[in-house]
Amino acid sequence: MISRGLPSRLGCVLLLALGLIAGALLLPRAAVAQGAAPDISTPLAQLTTDKYDDTEAALGALALSGSPAAAGIVAALADGRLMYSPATRQVLIKTPQGGLVDAATGQPVAEAPPGAKAVRVNNRIRRAIEAASGTLALVNPDPAKRLEAASAVMRARDEAALPALDAALAKEADAKVKSALTLARASILIGKAGVPDADRIAAIATVGEQGNQDALAVLRSVPADASPAVKAAAQDAIAGIERSLAIWSVGQNIWYGVSLGSVLLLAAIGLAITFGVMGVINMAHGEMVMLGAYVTFVVQELIRTYNPALFDLSLLIAIPVAFLFTGLIGVLIERTVIRFLYGRALETLLATWGISLILQQAIRTAFGPTNREVGAPGWMSGAFELGQLSITYGRLWIIVFAMFVFVALLATLRLTRIGLEMRAVTQNRRMAASMGIRTNWVDAMTFGLGSGIAGIAGVALSQIDNVSPNLGQSYIIDSFLVVVFGGVGNLWGTLVGAMSLGIANKMLEPYAGAVLGKIALLVIVILFIQKRPRGLFALKGRAIES
Amino acid sequence: MSNALTPQPVLLGKSGLVFLAVVLGAAVLVPALNLLTSPDSALHVPTYVVSLLGKYLTYALLALSVDLIWGYVGILSLGHGAFFALGGYAMGMYLMRQIGPRGVYGDPVLPDFMVFLNWKELPWFWHGFDMFPFAALMVLLAPGILALVFGWFAFRSRVTGVYLSIITQAMTFALLLAFFRNDMGFGGNNGLTDFKDILGFNIQADGTRLVLFVLSALALALGYVLCRFLVRSHFGKVLIAIRDAETRVRFTGYRAENYKVVAFVVSAMLAGIAGALYVPQVGIINPGEFSPANSIEIIVWVAVGGRGTLVGAALGAVLVNYAKTYFTSGLLAPYWLFMLGGLFVAVTLFLPKGIVGTFYDWRRARAPAPEDLAPDDLAPPDKLPEPKPAE
Repeated sequence: MISRGLPSRLGCVLLLALGLIAGALLLPRAAVAQGAAPDISTPLAQLTTDKYDDTEAALGALALSGSPAAAGIVAALADGRLMYSPATRQVLIKTPQGGLVDAATGQPVAEAPPGAKAVRVNNRIRRAIEAASGTLALVNPDPAKRLEAASAVMRARDEAALPALDAALAKEADAKVKSALTLARASILIGKAGVPDADRIAAIATVGEQGNQDALAVLRSVPADASPAVKAAAQDAIAGIERSLAIWSVGQNIWYGVSLGSVLLLAAIGLAITFGVMGVINMAHGEMVMLGAYVTFVVQELIRTYNPALFDLSLLIAIPVAFLFTGLIGVLIERTVIRFLYGRALETLLATWGISLILQQAIRTAFGPTNREVGAPGWMSGAFELGQLSITYGRLWIIVFAMFVFVALLATLRLTRIGLEMRAVTQNRRMAASMGIRTNWVDAMTFGLGSGIAGIAGVALSQIDNVSPNLGQSYIIDSFLVVVFGGVGNLWGTLVGAMSLGIANKMLEPYAGAVLGKIALLVIVILFIQKRPRGLFALKGRAIES
Repeated sequence: MSNALTPQPVLLGKSGLVFLAVVLGAAVLVPALNLLTSPDSALHVPTYVVSLLGKYLTYALLALSVDLIWGYVGILSLGHGAFFALGGYAMGMYLMRQIGPRGVYGDPVLPDFMVFLNWKELPWFWHGFDMFPFAALMVLLAPGILALVFGWFAFRSRVTGVYLSIITQAMTFALLLAFFRNDMGFGGNNGLTDFKDILGFNIQADGTRLVLFVLSALALALGYVLCRFLVRSHFGKVLIAIRDAETRVRFTGYRAENYKVVAFVVSAMLAGIAGALYVPQVGIINPGEFSPANSIEIIVWVAVGGRGTLVGAALGAVLVNYAKTYFTSGLLAPYWLFMLGGLFVAVTLFLPKGIVGTFYDWRRARAPAPEDLAPDDLAPPDKLPEPKPAE
């Protein structure tokens, strides 16, 4: 089945990608080079002299020592938990629980030696502590912390961090952190006075490869007194980065466009059935979407009340419920109103508009006119970076879901018996009837299917839009445009129509602004319809008037 | 439709005469009742009611313009509110310029919202609106030119039926978005309001309101006569033929698209006039008038009254709006949308010809002699052939 094959393959790829990311974060922990504990007796001794100069020197030495104990000592000093005993020349760490630990050995100490005092701290020492903890973060056992520290150093471009960077670089085993450290080092070299041109140009090349906004800021900081060769290299690198950033921003716009396109696709695809296949101008389609969103709200409320543990599954539960509920409403509308109006397309428009008003008012009466809060399950929130693209899981899932719905619908129409009957009735109602197809029943099912799909679109849209009685109205015009633009009676046309309108909208937005972009798009579609009055993928027929 | 093809000497049928009598009678009677009776009298018509009735009359004219193209050419425009609003904006711009230095900011030329936006001079398209004849011309030209351009493109490419409806809706939606923008120079979402006077008369004064009411009634009467004349003429016969079988009309050698464009432009101009009369009586014009829902509501008025009867369109507009005023002000306000929605459904299901169309049918059934009915037999046939979806 295509319907299940493609999405599950997509799902696998996604899971794999997630797994890789998680793995990348977890694995290298084991690879941190610890080696034999370096000797830190000298700086410890300096801490017991009660002189600020010695304390500062001790901090510098500790930061570069690479000892696993160093971070604890610096943190204790920062919190005022570092004690020393002038008599025994011992340095002790008071644990937050109140116990005492020997800083040199890491062994607990039962009782403080007589005359033990806190190591004194002043503003100068505080600055030194800050620098030391920054440096220490570069050798933190957690690679994520190291990465963070490296990019902090890169942004700060503090020349004093250079020795620490060199020390960290020498020991670093994680490739990702190593490249971040190299980058940070290069960023500092670019701005540092007295660096040979060759080193500087190499540094510029390293930074240039990074190709993001931070790199751009670093490259722009090349000092004015740098040699022409360095400046030229920097200019080249800047131009290169700007080019690649421009490409990424096009990529980002396309991503937003695909995301908007799948929202449009979701909203329009049910209409492609009721309007495209049946020829019913269903102005109540938007209200079906709205009902689906309210079903999601009700499902979530019930789950919150009776079984909060299931909250993460609420959307998955809401999908079939919304499909059945709105599908039933659709069948009801078809049986009571629309079946009397076949062949009078423009009058179905009026009747369904009336139905849409009734549904809106019914929801307003039942739930109030204000927005209702529909929560996002954990797996829908958050984002990840792909190159320079920022991708939110919410958008990603909506795209996946839209594709799933599209494929499922396509498969239903192509592969199932009811789909075959729907197509038969659409193509030639009387012939289908004489073949024994219950056309009335097929009409009701088709309308129910279109409405049900609008309902599950509502489940998805409840995640990105305000759930209010007016939800449907904001989609109805766009949905019609998508269907008409793509070509009535053709699901592929709806897909292409939705994606091209979505992407075109997002591509126009940076130049024209959101509103003007939308207006421009409407005008473009109006003009396009003049050129191809039957849409992109018009069904070919011999009828003069179809 | 053999009757329709025989020459009809009567310009106005019986119902047309009744209609004109009612409208012109109201134009005389309502001001008389307002001026000549004491405020305590049961017959007194307060001024606010006069303005309300005037508003209904402009809606009736708008419905008439929609009926001309929907009832007689088969063009279902879901964007006719746009032409109404454009006419209204043209009038509103004139009224804005009349405020002069009496605005809140006291700028002699710039309307308040422009001062507020820190604009230094009048945008080019605001020039000339201080002169009434120019504004009146724009009331006709702004909707007319839009309809000409839009119709010329659409009809030449033979965009028909549902497709046309949807792009007209897209058109009014685009205009809605555009007029919401402050940068457009039409007052953004507040629109144009705080009008002071029109042609030197205080717009709030009772006398001015009466005159505006009478003008609305006259415009409706003239609009009706014009539409009636159009649909009775040879031109109108071609329009009806296009409605019923466009391809055949084309094959007989008529340029169907030209006929449609002319009808569309005339209709848009009528809608523009309706808008221009609406604005001074209501005292505000804002982008909300462009909303697609408004345009669909106009269609409902026509459907309720009876499509393709002209009289019915006007009647439907007044009835639905009266019901709206009545129900939205009382206890039943929350249920108004249920009623309006139910009305749409009920009319399409049970009264497909609307009130007037059904009345004609009933009268025809009662009096089978065809001569009696000759003038009014233009009610559309039972089932208009609609474009079917691609098969």
